[in-house]
Amino acid sequence: MGHTTREAISPAALLAEVASPGCGASCLFLGTVRDGPEDGGVTGIEYTAYAAMAGAELDRILAEAQRQWPSVRVALRHRLGLVSTEEASIGIAAAAPHRADAFAACRYVIEEVKRRVPIWKKELRADGSVLWVDPQGHPAVLGPE
Amino acid sequence: MVRLKFFARYAELVGQEDIELTLPVPTTVAEVVRRVRSVVPGAAGLPAEPLTAVNLRHVRLDAPVQDGDEVAFLPPLAGG
Repeated sequence: MGHTTREAISPAALLAEVASPGCGASCLFLGTVRDGPEDGGVTGIEYTAYAAMAGAELDRILAEAQRQWPSVRVALRHRLGLVSTEEASIGIAAAAPHRADAFAACRYVIEEVKRRVPIWKKELRADGSVLWVDPQGHPAVLGPE
Repeated sequence: MVRLKFFARYAELVGQEDIELTLPVPTTVAEVVRRVRSVVPGAAGLPAEPLTAVNLRHVRLDAPVQDGDEVAFLPPLAGG
């Protein structure tokens, strides 16, 4: 199954994908669309991607996690298109025999997604304005693997 | 010939997502960026050192570019 979707992310489905008799620890991360006090009335976010590269980069990140934590099973889904406030834009489930590896793999995957996957977001504001989000304030410095 | 791709804010600046550019190859990403900023309408507003990818992989500006490669100009990433 592809890692990107235009449908709502199901935490239960992600957890079911990684469930295994040998795994005693499952860890679920959800990133949700926020309208914090500093965000100025965000009603939703429109996600767009460089689809071919996003898929390739997500495959590479999951393969790296598998190499670092061979006993961990990881599943990931990233939304594209319009995602409303409070809905999940990304879900990551990691299952492992023990909790330390599940937490570590889940944390690795979300941090690498943030750093490397070519996805962009446009904030839609209650006042009708639209804003491309630049989380770093400057282009990230990334090199070849 | 090099295939160029622009996304998000950069696609809005340039007014399109896909362009084919003819230039002497092999070359480097830095040279492609320089050419794009000087000859593609709207592209002068792109950063001089944007985040780039060649054939679906992140690269540095000194990375080589061959005939037929896909060079992507990536605005600051905002996934997750």
